[in-house]
Amino acid sequence: MSWLTPTLQDLLLEAFWETLAMVGVSAAIAVAIGLPIALLLHVTGRGGLSPLPWLHRPLGILVNAVRSTPFIILMVAIIPFTRLVAGTSIGTAAAIVPLALAATAFLARLFENALREVDGGVVEAARAMGASRMQIVWKVLVPEALPGLIAAVTVALVSLVGFSAMAGAVGGGGLGDLGIRFGYQRFMPEVMATVVLLLILFVQGLQSLGDWLVRRLSRR
Amino acid sequence: MVRFAGVGLRYAEPPGRPPGAGQAALQDLTFTLPSGSFHWLLGESGAGKSSLLRLMQLAQRPTSGVVEVLGADLSRTRRRALPALRRRIGVVWQDFRLLPHLSVRDNVALPLRIAGRPEAGLLADVAEMLRWAGLDARADSLPAALSGGEQQRAALARAVVMRPALLLADEPTGNLDAAQARRILALLQEMHRLGTTVVVATHADALVRAFPAPALRLQGGRLMSHG
Repeated sequence: MSWLTPTLQDLLLEAFWETLAMVGVSAAIAVAIGLPIALLLHVTGRGGLSPLPWLHRPLGILVNAVRSTPFIILMVAIIPFTRLVAGTSIGTAAAIVPLALAATAFLARLFENALREVDGGVVEAARAMGASRMQIVWKVLVPEALPGLIAAVTVALVSLVGFSAMAGAVGGGGLGDLGIRFGYQRFMPEVMATVVLLLILFVQGLQSLGDWLVRRLSRR
Repeated sequence: MVRFAGVGLRYAEPPGRPPGAGQAALQDLTFTLPSGSFHWLLGESGAGKSSLLRLMQLAQRPTSGVVEVLGADLSRTRRRALPALRRRIGVVWQDFRLLPHLSVRDNVALPLRIAGRPEAGLLADVAEMLRWAGLDARADSLPAALSGGEQQRAALARAVVMRPALLLADEPTGNLDAAQARRILALLQEMHRLGTTVVVATHADALVRAFPAPALRLQGGRLMSHG
């Protein structure tokens, strides 16, 4: 372990925090914006609570457009927007903007699928009880879909860990960036291996936490 | 209480088909159900029983004719006014439609909470309904832990907890054995004796013979006989 100098330890620790910040903040933003988008997609779709094709179609196309843009291209393409939001186009804060955007589109689709899993009969029952559309959404649709929504967040978090490795391209830092700069460019395979091991453990932890939450909520 | 005059219901035509290609689910229905009556709704599968019930529960507007429920003309009622009207109508389905993540107690409490009833005193009403349905011991269970008969009684308790003036049941005994079916019917009849207008769609002939009552008989979306 002679290669693991105190300097390198500090770098690893710092990179880990950067990854955590990039993944955590962009996931929080993605949930906050992705859920309303998913609800809008769900209720305005055909057979939804308020079918509105003029809203559903463009929104769906927008989500697909973001999803189909390769992340590395998305990151570069929205640099002016990133500068507007984060005040800078390089660094961890700047990396969060494209990460949040990609994760929002991704989560919006996953959330929409989770909402679609809710039994239509139960929704009809709520309507028959005299629930307004808002009440159907917040008292039936979201609570019933909750395990699926949590599972979707877990999937998104894991994908974000992968995406965040590309943030090195805009100087975002993080574990992936460290692996490339030291492990690959400076010929330090031990660093690369450590980074990969850390990422594996991190993703395992996220997945286990997500699975545990889903189990708890489903049993409720 | 319920008045239909020349009612027709046609579902939208499938995309790409000429207008009018939609299937007529109901045609030219005219009848009146007096307040406090009990009616069977009979007919083969596909005769239009569920469509008729959907009109009565204000889930669907008719394509033609007049549907009057609880004194409101459905074609003139604004969409915003529908939830308040629906709270005075109880509905039971063949597949129960209980919320799987809520306990039996919370399922029965749901209509009260949707209506904005304050939490204080709400659970006393719920407990009374659960006693009536013979479910006080199962209040904390999730629906999945209940037998079919218990689930349907929970669904029935939920349907009547708001003391509806009109109670509609769509094949309520379709998934139950004979003993459970009779128990559900007895509860529906009890609601009827308390003054609720009750309509029960079924094709369980044995049940109809065991509980004789006037009937609406549908065939191919048309009313064959009434009374």
